[in-house]
Amino acid sequence: MERKRPLKEFLKGLFRENPVFVIILGLCPALAVSTSVENALGMGVAVTFVLLFSNLIISSLRRVIPEKIRIPCFIVVIASFVTITDLLMKGFFPLVSRGLGIFVPLIVVNCIIMGRAEAYASKNPIFLSVLDGLGMGLGFTLALVVISMVREVLGAGTFLGFLLAKGFRPLTVMILPSGALLTLGLLMGGINLIKKKR
Amino acid sequence: MNLQQFLLIAIGMVFIQNFILSKFLGLCPFLGVSHEVKPAISMGIAVIFVMTFSSIITWLIYRYILIRFDLVYLRTIFFILVIATFVQLTEMVIQKVNLALHKALGIYLPLITTNCAVLGVTFLNIDSFFVNAKPVAGSFLYSVSQGFFAGLGFSLVLLLMASIRERLDLCDTPESLKGVPIAFITASIMSLAFMGFSGFRF
Repeated sequence: MERKRPLKEFLKGLFRENPVFVIILGLCPALAVSTSVENALGMGVAVTFVLLFSNLIISSLRRVIPEKIRIPCFIVVIASFVTITDLLMKGFFPLVSRGLGIFVPLIVVNCIIMGRAEAYASKNPIFLSVLDGLGMGLGFTLALVVISMVREVLGAGTFLGFLLAKGFRPLTVMILPSGALLTLGLLMGGINLIKKKR
Repeated sequence: MNLQQFLLIAIGMVFIQNFILSKFLGLCPFLGVSHEVKPAISMGIAVIFVMTFSSIITWLIYRYILIRFDLVYLRTIFFILVIATFVQLTEMVIQKVNLALHKALGIYLPLITTNCAVLGVTFLNIDSFFVNAKPVAGSFLYSVSQGFFAGLGFSLVLLLMASIRERLDLCDTPESLKGVPIAFITASIMSLAFMGFSGFRF
């Protein structure tokens, strides 16, 4: 087996294997909470935290967990960290937590986390798994911020709550669910186009 | 049980607050299984079944175990394990009892565990029909009907999308939009159409 370069493992989550745009995982929260950049950042940080620690634990237990019941084991580990995140956010950032609502506990069923546990952390050493988790989490955050930037700027005329230009009539549809689907569809199309040009 | 409230849940869950188009729950299976109509129907039936029964089970567990022993903060872990177990059990039972049905639904059942619509509806039930850890009047029936109608709404949109995508394959879409991107744009237009339902007043 070839040796994996740590930096490459970290960077692949950001661009080449971006979970949202390229692997198409974890779409539900990506669309639902991307109404504002603030929410997107909150969600991104929460997912990165869970991903980092679940990869750490699963990777360090990878020789202990029996093959047959690995999925339930992964779920328990992930659910524990999601609960921790949920309680921490409720305690320290009640506003962000209320904005994200039901989507914080729903990180449990986010395909990215399960996917990384199954495809990466259960097969690779601890250090690389942590880097992979961090990279994937940041890639997810990046995707969320890009989507929410488009939606917030066009849909509300603001960025992180600051008004950008006076006299701009916001396109309310971009804040609505329909705008989220449209934004993601067009962004994916754009990424495909850039990839083909190369 | 209040009939008006019941109707509100039914129409709200199927049309106005459709799980896929307005709450963004269950997008992964929505994209994964909407290539053709036939698997979409099987998936839809499986989802309705699992969502209804998960609502029943999680309501009972929340009411009689979690609240009783003051373990409400553990609901995420409890619910996901219960749903995973229930799905696994259903798959085993179907395999023993009806092999034809298992062939039709088999591969979709395990996928449902990670369908956030199922876990989503159970959280939604708890959030909307429990006030200060006490069930509101008719809470159980409301929860079950919310689970059922949310599943129905999910299946409806899945079916519509599958029929559209079957035709979309024959269309001349731009190269870079083929596949998932154009599916999203289609869903966006469907979502706009579904927004029309939110004008309903009771």
